Order: sequence, then C-alpha cells, then structure tokens
Amino acid sequence: MGKVHTLALFNNFEEAVRAIQELKGAHLPGFRIDDVVIKSPIDHPELSEMLGKRPVYVQLFTLAGAVLGGSVGFTLIASAQANFLLQIRGGRPVVPIPPDMVLTYELFILFGVLMTMLGCFIAWKLPGNRSTLYNTSISVDKIGILVRADPLVIPKINEIFARHQPLQIMGEHGR
Amino acid sequence: MIHTTDESDIEIERRFVPKAKDINEDIAWAQINKDVLRSMERPRLMYWVIFLASLALFSVGVYCEVYQYRNGLGAADLENPQVWGLYIATFIFWIGMSHSGTLLSAILHIMHADWRKPIYRFAEAMTTFSLMTAGLFVLVHLGRVWQFYYVVAYPNERWTWPNFNSPLVWDATAIGTYLTSSIVFLYFGMIPDLAICRDNAKGFRKKFYWFLSAGWQGTDRQWANFRVAYMTLACFLIPLAVSVHSIVASDFAVSQQPGWHITSFPPYFVAGALYSGCAAIITLFIILRYVFRFEAYMTMPILDKTCRLTFAIAMVWTYLNLIEYASAWYGNDEYAKQALIFRATGTYAPYWWAMNFLGSIVPFVLVFKSLRNHLPTMMVVSLLLNVGMWLERFMIITPTLAHGYYPWTWTGDWWPNWVQIGIVAGSFGWFSMLFMLFCKIFPAVSMYEVKEMVYHRFMASKARA
Repeated sequence: MGKVHTLALFNNFEEAVRAIQELKGAHLPGFRIDDVVIKSPIDHPELSEMLGKRPVYVQLFTLAGAVLGGSVGFTLIASAQANFLLQIRGGRPVVPIPPDMVLTYELFILFGVLMTMLGCFIAWKLPGNRSTLYNTSISVDKIGILVRADPLVIPKINEIFARHQPLQIMGEHGR
Repeated sequence: MIHTTDESDIEIERRFVPKAKDINEDIAWAQINKDVLRSMERPRLMYWVIFLASLALFSVGVYCEVYQYRNGLGAADLENPQVWGLYIATFIFWIGMSHSGTLLSAILHIMHADWRKPIYRFAEAMTTFSLMTAGLFVLVHLGRVWQFYYVVAYPNERWTWPNFNSPLVWDATAIGTYLTSSIVFLYFGMIPDLAICRDNAKGFRKKFYWFLSAGWQGTDRQWANFRVAYMTLACFLIPLAVSVHSIVASDFAVSQQPGWHITSFPPYFVAGALYSGCAAIITLFIILRYVFRFEAYMTMPILDKTCRLTFAIAMVWTYLNLIEYASAWYGNDEYAKQALIFRATGTYAPYWWAMNFLGSIVPFVLVFKSLRNHLPTMMVVSLLLNVGMWLERFMIITPTLAHGYYPWTWTGDWWPNWVQIGIVAGSFGWFSMLFMLFCKIFPAVSMYEVKEMVYHRFMASKARA
C-alpha cells in the first residue's frame, strides 16, 4: 500500500518540538522518522537536529565546480596560447603561468558559484517533488510538520498531533 | 507590534523602539511580511518622483550615446592622449560602488553581524546594478560598440589573438564573473522571500514569483542546503570582489604611465571601492527608509553602525591615499613626482583638493553621534563622500593622461564636453531606474532574515531574563 501525507500546523516552536518528540517515541509501525519534514518560515537547526542527521551534499558540487572551472579555464587559455600561429615571445614562455592564473582563478570562482546553485537545486529535487500539502501561513509565522506514512497509521499520527494544540491538520484528501 | 502607515505611526515607532536596539524584538512576523509586501504595492509619492527623474536622466544619456554612436568618439572630444575621458573614471566609480553589497552581505554574513539583515538586500541589488552600469561604460568607451566582443577572452577562431597577459582581458572576465556571481547571490538569498511573495500574490505576479521561488516550501532539507550554499556563495564573493577591483587597478598599475605605476594601487582601489559603496548605502538607506516606510526596519542604530563602518573605511582609504602620494614623492621617479605636482597645482588642482577634502576631512563628521543620527546631515555627507570618490577616479584618469612622459602630449586645458557629461548623468539615471524598479518588484528588506534577527534577539533576551 502506498504511503500518504499528513500536515499539522503549529503556532509555535515549543508545541512542534513536543509533537516531534512524541512521534519519535511512539514507535508506530509503517512510520519512520526520516519521513518527517519540518516546514518553517525561518531556519530552525535545533528542530531539524531532532530528526537526526540529514546529509547536505552541496559542498561536493561546489568542489566539483571549482576544480572543473579552474582546470577548464587554464586548459582553454593555455591551449589558445599554444595554438597561436606565430610565437614571437622574445624568450618568454609560450604559456606564462602567473598571468594565466588570473583568468584561471576567475573561472574557478565562476564555475564554483554556478555549480553551488545547481547543487542546491538538485538537492531540492527541482523541478518535481513539491509536496501538495502546504499552507501559506508557513511562510508567515507557523510551523508545519509533514509526515509520510502508511494510511493505517495516519489516524494515530493525527492523534499525536491533536494532543499538542495544532492550528490545523491537513490530509492529502482535504482537512 | 508595529504598523507604520502614516506619520503618527512613525512617531509611535520613534517613541517605542529603544534607541540602543537595532530592531524591535516584539514585532510580529506577520507584520514584517505585511510591511515589506505593502512597500512593493504602495510606496510614497516620492518613489514615482525619483523614478521619473531617473528615467529623464537616462533619456539624456541615451540621446548622448546615440549622438556619439552616429558621429564617432570625436564628438565626445576624445582623442590622444585623452582617450578615456569620463567614461573609464565613471566605470571605476561604478565598479567601486558594487563592493558595498559584498561587504555588507558577504563579509558581515560570515562574521554573523546580524544588524546587516534589514539592509543587505538593497546593498546586494546595488552591487548588481552598479556592475551592469559599469559594464555599459566598457561598451560606451569603445565608440564602436558593435565590436564589444573583442574584449572577451575566447580562443582564436576569429584569427585574432587575445593577449591573455593584458589586464584589460582579465578585466572583462573578472567583471563578467562578478556580475554573474552577484546576480546568483542576490537571487539565491531572495528565494525564501520570493516564496512569501508567491503566497501573497495574484494573477501574473503569482506565476512570476512561483517560477522564481523554485518550489520553496521552507522544509528542513531546503533550509539546510540553502544555509550551506549561501555561506559558500558568500565565501566565493569576497575574494572575487577583491580580485575584480585589484584587476581594475592593474589596468593602470601595470602601465608605465607616471602617476599610475604604483604598487599600492590594488589595495587603494579596493579601499576606495568599499568607501564609496558604504557612502552610497547610507544615501539609499535614507531614501528607502522614507520612500518605502521602512522606519521600523532601517532603524537609527543600524544607520549608526553603517556610518561608523564608513568612517573606518574612510580612514583606511586616507592612509592608502597618503601612501600613494608618498610613493610618488619619495620614489625617486621624477616623472611620477611631476605628475603629482601637476595634480596639486595644475589645471585640475581645485578638483584634487576637493577630492582630498571630501574624501579625508568630511568623513570626520561621522565621528559625532548627534550628527550620525541626523538624517538630513547624513544624506548630505553621504552624497559629498561619493562626489569625493567620483573625483578620485576623475583625478586618476584625466590629469594623468594630461601629463605623461612627453611634453608635446600634455593637454592641461582638456575638459569633458556635453556628450560625456550627458552619458555619465545618464548612467546615474539608469542605475536609479533599475534600482527603484527592483525595489518595487522584489522585497527590498529580507523578511526571513529580519524574522530570524527578531527571533534570536527575543530568545537571547528571554534567556537573560
């Protein structure tokens, strides 16, 4: 049976914390803490920590972009210099390293920046994977807890939410 | 809760926001959204006055550029040795202006200086639009603008051989990189706010913000990736900004022209850039505070901090300016010394003295707290500082080209004509127009960061209590 979503909206941070703690301690069948998503108007690292470590891979994209930018930049410049028809250099090197480092450096940064953004978009799973359960009050001041679980467990999860004064509980088929 | 809709509400804010606090911690988050979104809907009448004045100024610039395009650079009175005129001086000015966004946004972000949060967004926008304006001068000064691609360093399928050792080639690449990175940084930092706009907009605007908000729902995974990416971008931006203005300085410093061949030029340019950028932030701070009714966010303590930062940078610039003079005076290079003497006593001497006065003496006004908290005074001072910084760039270009190695090339009586002045004025119109449009379409105050600021300060005061 496919899993379904439920979203509870809370007025403040403390109520959301208590709801997550109870969810974690409930050991419900067909429910994993990894399937819990917090939606909040500001970053709450302390709230996210309760859900366990969730890896961030953006830095790897940054590293790949920076290395790629630096190497591609230098290769392009050096190969262009090496391919000039006439090499009237007066004893100076065909590929002078110090001045080429400037453009290499700029491309190192450019690719690093672009790949960081791309990495972030990939981590956000764009353009798909947008949950239909969303409430515009999350972008104002409310905290949402989105849970994905077996349909049979959803009523129990909603019961746990209901014990912590949620403003609203939303299911995939309405409230 | 603060709701600043008219003068009486502003008076309430003045009475209830304690002077020592950067922001009122009790302000409701919903009110933050409301105030910022309202600024995009209903600014004061002054907004339209500024916008139309900018448009008029921009039109003057377009007319002058068309005139120059049809008649050639001679119509702008540009010929040897005055080949750059006001164009490159103003180009450096706009590049310098762009450094403020990086300073306020990236450096202060890394240092966790949270007072930057209500004002960094417009500083970043200033960076982007300054760079776009600076880029125009690269085209304008060519005269034959359709040949702009010659400045781009790409390999020789055209059978032209770019000189990769030339700072002019570095310049085009560095500015392109900086512009791209600044746009990415500005856009990326705005995504959570664009989601707020999406949630509150209707019709076409909703679709527009929906597309730009990139599916943002404020999930913990989104925040975690966003934080890492934003910090990474900030770390990239800082060395990039320094490299851009160092490279611009290298355009001059690596030449043999007396007056330019100075080792301290790159740090001197970077300090000058930060200085003019900070002064411009003060100007725009005061304008936006009034035009968009941001009195509750752009508070006097934040202005006070910005002024103190500007004073510190002004002193760094003054020191490096003195170093430049000392290098010429004691450097055993008679030509460089004569170029300095020409600046101080020749045709352009009044502007040289004005630059020194405005750049090094006027900032001492910022030492006085009572003056720092007086908005009209700060408006005038910030404008004067930027006049001084524009004169600095003028003094780098025109007197130096007027007094080179060969006496028969000296042009002590050269003055820019109306075409150049019109294009420079047009650039200010172009910048202001873009900036005001940005503030109307996008949130000029970062809503989510102000919420974070309010939240963390509230929690800290609660913990203290």
